[in-house]
Formats: sequence, C-alpha cells, structure tokens
Amino acid sequence: MSGKDSDLNSNNIKPVHTNKVGGSPFKGVVGWIDNRLPIIRMFKYEYLDFQVPKNLSYLWSLGGILMICLIFLIVTGLVLGMHYKPSSTEAFISVEKIMRDVNYGWLLRYAHMNFASFFFIAVYIHIFRGLYYGSYKEPRQLMWLIGIVIFFMMMATAFLGYTLPWGQMSYWGATVITNLFSAVPLVGKAIVTWLWGDYSVGDSTLNRFYVLHWLLAFGILGVVIFHVIALHIVGSNNPSGIEPADTRDTVSFAPFTTSKDLFAMLIFLLAFVLITMYAPNYLGHPDNYIPADPLVTPAHIVPEWYFLPFYAILRSIPDKLLGVIAMVSSIAVLGLLPWLDLSKVRSSVFRPIWKQFVFLFVLDFFILMYVGGMPAEGIYVLIARVGTVYWFLFFLVIAPLVSLTEKTLPMPNSIHEYEDWKKQGRIKTFKIF
Amino acid sequence: MSLVLKFSLFFFFLLLNISNSFSAEKQEKLLKQSWSFDGFFGKFDRASLQRGYQVYTEVCSSCHSMNLLSYRNLSEAGGPSFSEEEVKAIASKVEVLDGPNDKGEMFRRPGKPSDKFTSPFPNEKAARAANGGAYPPDMSVLVKARAGGPDYIYSILMGYDDKPPKGIKLEDGVYYNKYMPGNKIKMAQPLNKDSVNYSDGTLATQEQLAKDVVTFLTWASEPHLEARKRIGFKTVFYLLILTVLVYLVKKKIWLSVEPKV
Amino acid sequence: MSENNNNPDKKNRRDFLTVATTAVGVVGVGTAVWPVINQMNPDSSVKALASIEVDLSKIKEGQEITVLWRGKPVFIKRRTKEEITNAEKVDLKELKDPQPDNKRVKKSEWLVLVGVCTHLGCVPISGKGDYGGWFCPCHGSHYDSSGRIRKGPAPTNLEVPTYEFVGDSKIKLG
Repeated sequence: MSGKDSDLNSNNIKPVHTNKVGGSPFKGVVGWIDNRLPIIRMFKYEYLDFQVPKNLSYLWSLGGILMICLIFLIVTGLVLGMHYKPSSTEAFISVEKIMRDVNYGWLLRYAHMNFASFFFIAVYIHIFRGLYYGSYKEPRQLMWLIGIVIFFMMMATAFLGYTLPWGQMSYWGATVITNLFSAVPLVGKAIVTWLWGDYSVGDSTLNRFYVLHWLLAFGILGVVIFHVIALHIVGSNNPSGIEPADTRDTVSFAPFTTSKDLFAMLIFLLAFVLITMYAPNYLGHPDNYIPADPLVTPAHIVPEWYFLPFYAILRSIPDKLLGVIAMVSSIAVLGLLPWLDLSKVRSSVFRPIWKQFVFLFVLDFFILMYVGGMPAEGIYVLIARVGTVYWFLFFLVIAPLVSLTEKTLPMPNSIHEYEDWKKQGRIKTFKIF
Repeated sequence: MSLVLKFSLFFFFLLLNISNSFSAEKQEKLLKQSWSFDGFFGKFDRASLQRGYQVYTEVCSSCHSMNLLSYRNLSEAGGPSFSEEEVKAIASKVEVLDGPNDKGEMFRRPGKPSDKFTSPFPNEKAARAANGGAYPPDMSVLVKARAGGPDYIYSILMGYDDKPPKGIKLEDGVYYNKYMPGNKIKMAQPLNKDSVNYSDGTLATQEQLAKDVVTFLTWASEPHLEARKRIGFKTVFYLLILTVLVYLVKKKIWLSVEPKV
Repeated sequence: MSENNNNPDKKNRRDFLTVATTAVGVVGVGTAVWPVINQMNPDSSVKALASIEVDLSKIKEGQEITVLWRGKPVFIKRRTKEEITNAEKVDLKELKDPQPDNKRVKKSEWLVLVGVCTHLGCVPISGKGDYGGWFCPCHGSHYDSSGRIRKGPAPTNLEVPTYEFVGDSKIKLG
C-alpha cells in the first residue's frame, strides 16, 4: 500500500528497545539473573539503599509491624483453612476440632484471632500518626487514600472472618451488619437476600463469606503493595514534616531503619504473645463459644472492639438510612482531609491549635469506642451523639478553619536543623520510649 | 509521662471496662476462687480433674452432653491423666450406636476410647421436652462461653437459695439462683453434700464438688491450657532475650548517627 | 552503592553481637515455623483410629477378607496348606525383593498384607496372575501367595502392616 511506503519515508521511524537486558550493579551469577529479571537491584535500591529521614520516631515502625501482621494473618489463615469447614452444621465443630485435635491447632487459631485484633491496634496508631504529622498532605494524598481503601478492606475482612466460627456473635453480627444494606431505598431488601443467598443468614451465606474472606485478604495484600510503591515514590514523612534535602537528613533503610523497626516489632510481638498465650479470649466475646442459634439473639450484641467507635456512630443516629450513611462517611471523610486541611505546614509540632484538636479527636475515638460497647440507652446515647458531631466537625469545619486562621510556629529549614533545635529545647515534642 | 503513654493506658483501661460491661446488668459479684490453673504457670490439679469427671458422669451427664469430647481425651497429656487401660474401661461401660453392618443394620456395641462422649438425649428437642422447655447446654466449651468463666460456673453451683428474697415469685420447676442473670434457673440445685462418693477419701462437701467439676469443665473447654502456658512462657522468655540483643545491635548501628554525648 | 556518609565503619559490622543476634533470631523463626508444618500431620482424632481389631474366626481356609485400615485396604488371607508350601519352597534367588515366607507372617496360616501395589498404589486383584497370589491390573505386577513381587514393574513386595494376635482368632492392626 502506498500509505506504508510513505510511513517508511517519513520521520515516524524510531528505534525500539524491546531488549533492555543490562544495567545491573551486580556481577557474576547474581548480575546475570538481575540483568534479565531486575528484582534484585529493585530490592537493593528500594530496601537497602533507600533513603529515609533519620529523625523518624518509633511511630514510623508501625508500617513494618502492619506488614508482619498481614503476613502472619495470611500464613495462619492459610493453615486454618486446611481444617476449617464452611458449612452451618460443621463450622463450629471444625473450629473446635482445630482447637482440640489438630497439632498446634489451638495455637494457630488463637494467633489468627489475636493477630486480627493487633492488626487493628497497629493500624489505628498508624492512622493517628499520619493525622498528627500531616502525612496526608502533598505529595502523599494518594498514599493516604490507598490507606483508607486498605482500612475499609480490613474491616470487611475482619467482619467476614468473625462470621466463620459460627458462634452466636458470628451469626448475629452477620445478621445485623448485612441488614445495614436493607437501608438502601427500594432495592435494600433484594440486596440483603442476594448477599445471604437465603431468607436469613444461613449455610449459603457462610460458604460465600468464607470465599470472600480469602479473596479480600489477598486483596489487601495487593493494595498494600500499591501503598508501599507510593511510599517509595513520595518518601517517608517525618516528625518535622520537612522534606529531607541531603544526606545530613537521612539514613539508608538497611541497616538503620531495619534494625529500629525490628526492635519495635519485637516489642509488639511481646505484647501479642502475652495476650495470645495468657488471655487468648480477652479481646473476644464469650457468646461466640455458643453455637449459632437462629432462634435466640444474645442479650447484648456488640461487634469486635475495633468496630465499636463506628458502631457508636451508627447507633447515635435515630434514622436507619442516615445511621448507615453516617457510619460509612465517618471513615470516608478521612479521604477528604488532604483537601480540607489547607495548611502548608505538615507536622502538628508547629501547629499549636490544630494539635489540640487532633488530640481531642483521638480522645473522641476512644470515647466512641467506650459508648459503642455500652447499651444504647440513657447517657450513652447522648455521649455518642456528641462524639459523632465532633467527629464530623473535626474534618469538615475545624480542619479548614484552623488551617486558614492558625498562626504556626517558626520552622527550621532542614531536618538536621530540626534535630539541633530539639536538642536546644526550642521544639517541644513527645517521645514514646 | 508522655501523652502517648497516657493514651495507651487510657485505652487499656477502656478495654477492661468494655469487657466488664459484657457481663450485663448489675449483678451479684461472682465468688472468686483461686484456681490451680490460674496464673503464668497454672496447671490443672490431676486429682481434682479426675474427681470432677466423676461428678460430671454421676450428676451432670444425666442432662448435659459434652459432644466435643472423646473418651481418649481423658488420657491425653494436660488432662485428667487416666491411664489408657482406665480409659478403655470407662469407654467400654457405655453403649454406642454404630453401623450399618454387613446386613445394613445399625447395632449397639461397647464404646471405644475414640468414641465421643455419649449424650443423654438424642437431640436438642428431646432435651427440651425432658427438661420443661429449657435446654441443658452442652458443656464442652461452657466455661469459655460464659462471662466470668470458672468463677461464674462455680457461683451458679453455689448460688442456690431455698428462700428467695421477697418479691421474687417462682413458677413451678423454676429455682432461685443468686448469680444467674435474672435470678431464675430451671435446673434444680445439682450438687449437695455427698452427691458423689469420692474413692480417694476427699470430703465431698458442696464446695469441693463444685470446685472439682469446674476444674474438669475448664479443662474440657481448654484442653491445651497447660501447653499454652508452657509454650507462652518459653516464647516470652525467648522474645525478651532477642529484644535485648536486637536493641543492642540497633544501638550500635545507630552510633554513627547518634553518637553518645 | 550506599553513598551514606553517616556510616563510615562498615568493615566489622558482622561482629559477635550481630552474629549472636542473627543466630538467636534464626532459631526462633525455625521454631515458629514448626507448628505451621506439623498441623498438616494426622491429628489426634485420626491417630486414635490408627489401630483396629479384626475378628478372624469366620474366615474359612482359602478365604480372604479385605478390611479398611488407615484408609487403605488390608488383605487378610487364611492360606491353604498348598499355598503355604508353595510360598515356603520358593528359591530366594529368584526374587526381586528376597524375603523368606516366614519373615512375612506371624502364623503361617494367616497372611496379612496392605493391599496397595508397591508400584503406583493401585489395589491388586486376588486370585489372578501367574503366581497364585495377586495381580495388579494397572501395570501388570504379579504377586505370589506370600505377597511377594514376582513379575512386573513393582519394586518391592506387598507391605506387611504392623499387627499382633490378641487371642487365637483376633488380630490388632497398627
């Protein structure tokens, strides 16, 4: 064709590089492999040489801790799945068989149970750290949003997983939470029946929840990888909120950050082992050792502790649909924060007013958690409402207002200067260890 | 004290509070006992477990099943430590439905250690029918299924009173119990002095019977408790050593960044 | 590639402290992995069923029964005099897996075998084959009246399970 000829004659011809072999910093066999599959140099650049602000506190170890939690959860979950049977007649018995007969089954199950709780403890500290030090601000907005997606997925996975032992709390928790969807106008009922595959929570529900629990668990792993890739582009924030400029401000990931994180992980594991081995059911609910009974609702239904603040928000609103909307938006609103908080200063260390509101927000979280575990009556309803109002006020009003009016403290020009100021006592910070 | 520390403490006490709140309404304080299986090095008292099993078979088992246990569990490590011969003898005393045989018929045979504990009733409906509508719960995980655990079960066993306080009306077949939520229970007082004849000479007081059977039930719901605490201690010990070592390594690595002043 | 100037003394990082910590860490990880591996072994309810008792009193001479033990068929054969003498007089030099008959039975009348072909796990058929014993239909292994491999691809004789006589006409498998 004539068109082809004219293409050949035109300037459209460019050399192609389909073969990109080469460029490895390694020699020998490792270099040979790395030239063809560049994961070794990727690991070197991203996990050995990667530059990290040198003034990170232990609050920055939570990322690594969460990674460990996720891996342990997946490993223990995988082996529990080899013994668990997702059917309404066998689920409870198969879990008890794991606890009694399977070699170390009790250990694996208690570990899985409590890792779920500790995953949430770590993720809450992680989120509050981000909040306090402004880790959601330019250029880390997308990373923050991915984090919120992970948090939503974690909640869904934890909820699905809690259904699996098929105890009373499993059953009624599943009933109550799936019924949230019935608040959707017009199609609510249809959605709920579709979710159940039955006219109530039953055998089909359990079976699909089991599959979805797996699916979401690996889904989390996938999204976590995005979270980490984003981190390695934008770099870690740090307590000063100032971007590192040169090597006076940073250390390399290995061995500095790794040794520090490892120490933090061990402290975390120690707490985990103490709970798992000496009070394994402390964070759970005794009713879940009663087999599911569709005829009797437990006197006092409470979700797992990590859902309590959001459960309190749900209950604080007397309208069904609005309650559900409030609960979902109480988390989703976190995603708006990068655009609601307009302050150019990241770290609360330099934001005396905002800092107070952040502390109040953390307090609000715990208060909501407390009332979420209490019966929805009397003074608790009032407290829950006040807590819910502050929750939304914090994001939608306080954040923009404070960021526009607040007079921030004078800031150093670099991280190493920040460290000097700290030594001179010109900056007040708090340390946890 | 730093703020974060304050917060985490606060958080901890809250959790404590929340879990306490599960035990519902204002209730009589449970009779707290000191159990041999409490604490970091807690172990079951073997003799008490064996006596507790006797109480279970002679008293409780006429109404309460224990579906999740097998006779072989009685000789397994960390349990009542009956010998294998004793367990064989115990199991052979019960009749188990088995089959079908070559002719396609179900048949009864003496029990084997691998058999599950036999149930007093064929199913829940039969159990309800025989007990005035109340279902005597399966006792396999009962201790873990009740807030307060062993202390709660013990308190229920000790909480009966012939003369209920004024204002409480008891229907037929309903009894007053101080520790039962709502104070009404459909189980008659199960344990009395000498309900059971102990062969080891232990005085069968009501307290002793209750204590033994609760020990047995605690083991039944948590058969690996001893292994858990043993492995737990070793793990904590190990982690402490490793944590100190890693801390020292970390300090050393960071010396170049944070030189000692 | 680390151009980190915070880190001048690289040479003896691998000192005693680091080595000791690594060693302690490796031991811990190894121990923690064990439960994850061991959970795949037979659990205690399976182990409890690992031994069964079989009544032999109803088996007549020349008859054979098959019982299920640990999920596998076990052949129990009451051999005839002829089968016994045939099995005993075989020259061990002829055998692929030389084993005298008396090493394979507790009482020569009773032959107890795991009925799984040692080639690839099929169940051999009784009374077939060239040697008066069993024949595996999958790949044509022939076993004699002592369950020894005589012809075909199977590498070893049919396995004799651990069993013992409890009383005259009762055996306990496993």
